[in-house]
Order: sequence, then structure tokens, then C-alpha cells
Amino acid sequence: MQKFLFDINRDPAAQRQYHEGLDALLERYALTAEERRALAERALGLIYVLGANGQLLMHYAAFLGIPWTEYIAALRAGIEKYGQVRAGVYTMTTRLDEKVAGV
Amino acid sequence: MSLVFAGICSHGPGITGRAAMADSAVSGPFYEAFGGMRAELEGARPDALVVVAAEHFANFFMNNMPSFAVGMAEGYEGPIEDPAWLGIERTSIPGNAGLSGRLIRAVMQSVDIAFAEEWKFDHGIMVPLHFLTPRYDLPIVPVNINCQGPPLAPLHRVWAFGEALRRAADAVPERIAIIGTGGISHWPATPDSGKVNEAWDREFLERWKANDHAALVSYTDEGTYRDGGQGGFEIRTFISIAAAAKGRGSVQYYRPIPIFSVGCTIGTMSVGA
Repeated sequence: MQKFLFDINRDPAAQRQYHEGLDALLERYALTAEERRALAERALGLIYVLGANGQLLMHYAAFLGIPWTEYIAALRAGIEKYGQVRAGVYTMTTRLDEKVAGV
Repeated sequence: MSLVFAGICSHGPGITGRAAMADSAVSGPFYEAFGGMRAELEGARPDALVVVAAEHFANFFMNNMPSFAVGMAEGYEGPIEDPAWLGIERTSIPGNAGLSGRLIRAVMQSVDIAFAEEWKFDHGIMVPLHFLTPRYDLPIVPVNINCQGPPLAPLHRVWAFGEALRRAADAVPERIAIIGTGGISHWPATPDSGKVNEAWDREFLERWKANDHAALVSYTDEGTYRDGGQGGFEIRTFISIAAAAKGRGSVQYYRPIPIFSVGCTIGTMSVGA
């Protein structure tokens, strides 16, 4: 899953393929069913919970053109729906109702 | 010639990308401090700027992650991020492959590093350059210390890398400036974004200003993660600058600006013997 994010964030060829058809592009990656669903649905909150590095995810959201406030809200909603981050070092440490930077 | 300038600064993408969301009364003095750093850098008349940054998967991934890497190209491009999101237009940045090669060979005398003839800049380099070399007319030598994908290089090896960079800078005829970019404590890119451990940051900066080698390399990754967040791993870039400069530091600006996701920092260090 993170390899997909790495490629899409930096590789113009991958970005072109993304726009031509996300499903076909996802075929190139070894993904669990849950990871594939999260990426296919552009479900940022689930991608976060599944353990994507925050930097990879943040740049992916920028690629998608998602404003900062919507991005933070999507991640918070993901935690609320699916529970705490399952892997990696980007575990959420603040409360769901704690808007540290006002967003 | 020698090392002619050393400094540290924040690089968070919000500094440029979320500028409009910040209180200008707060962000203004930070931007002014960046301007002061630029003036000091230009006053040192460098021939090239070595930027020790903590990149965020613009070039290196967990399939092949170097602890230390140095760019060796005639030119670079950036940012990889959406320009509108970052608030910085995509552009070309000059390099100097010959100088990079000489620096790399000198560093390799004591520290094993990777080199890269292709390198895309992300916010870790582009945000500082936006303020420090906004005309993109100074050749850049990009340097990366892995601060994203554990296991990370131990701090005593980061120190050795900084010392090696200094020896390399002193061995070339060009006038070399060096900056480290990163955060101190921060929890970026998530709903934690904006959380800062100011006391931990200020303690770190005291150690940095004093160039207290033992205190700077005494942090553990476990303690840093607990007290400084995953963004705290980027203390490596600041520590490498202390090792390279060998002088005493001064901090021109420090203040948490939550919407920028970091305790915003501008510092310079004298070049010691």
C-alpha cells in the first residue's frame, strides 16, 4: 500500500496511469483486500488506520487536491470508524475532539 | 576554502502552504527571521549550499533506504508536492555535480554513504529554499538523513556524518554554507498536527546552542518518539549541523505555530575550529 503511495506521489507516469484507471494501476501492487478497497475508494481515513506513513498520505491527499481541513477531518473520521492506527509510527495521540491547530 | 555559514531552520509544508491560515501577527516575525537568515547566508558569500534535510519519500523508500545520501547532479527539480498545496511553484534548482563528487569522496573517507544522480526535492528542501534562495541561483548539494523509515541511524553516527561533512567542506576550494532543516518535536500529517512539546524543544535548543555533543547524542529513539513524536526523529539534521559547525549556536526565532505543525525555528551557529 505504501509503495503505491510512494509511486503516485512522485512518478508522473504513475500519475498518468492513475488518471487512466485506478483499478488497473492497483493490479500492480501486492495488496490485501482491505488495502485495495481503501485505495480504490480513496478512503483516506482507512488508509491512515491501516498504517500508511503520514508523510506519504499527506502528499497523496495533496495530489488528490484535498484541502488541509478536509484531510485532517478524514483521518479523524477514520479513527472514529475503524479504531486506532494499526501499524507504523503515525499513531494518533490526541483525542478525537481535540483540534490542536484549530482544524 | 572552508565552511563559511551554518544554520538550522524548520521546513514544514504549512509554513508556505497554510500561510493564509496563520495569524499574520504570529507568522510575520517568523518569516522576518527567515529573511534575517537569508541576509546572513548571503553575507557569507557561499559558492554552494549544502542542505541536510529529512526527506519524506520523494526519492528513497523502504525497499532501499540509505541512512545517509548525498545528491550529485547538475540540477534538481521540485517540489514533488502539488504546487498549489505547498504554495511553491515547481522549478529547477541548480546543482554542482563536480563539487558534489568531491564532497562525497571526502565524506566516504570516514562514513559510508549513498549518492544519487537523480533527486527530487520535497518540502524538506523547497520550503527553506523558498525563503533563503528564492531566486534559485545558488548551487545546492542535497543531503538526506533517513528520519522516516526505522531503523534510523544512531545519533553518534549522525554526529560522525556531520563531522565528515565538515572535513569535506574544508577540503574543497569553494566557500560552503550548510543548513539543517527539520522539526524538533512535532506530530505532523495527522490529526495530531499542531501538537508541539515546547519544553522538550527548548531543552534541545539549549543543548544545540551549547554544542553539547554528549547531551545531543544522548537522545534515544524511544524517548524522542514519546516526547517529540515521529517528527522528532528529525533532530538528526540539526545535530549534524552542530557536528559540522563545531561552534556555538544562537536561536533567532523559536515559537510553536500550530497551523504550521511545528515549533518554528531559525538558528545559526558560528564556525569553530
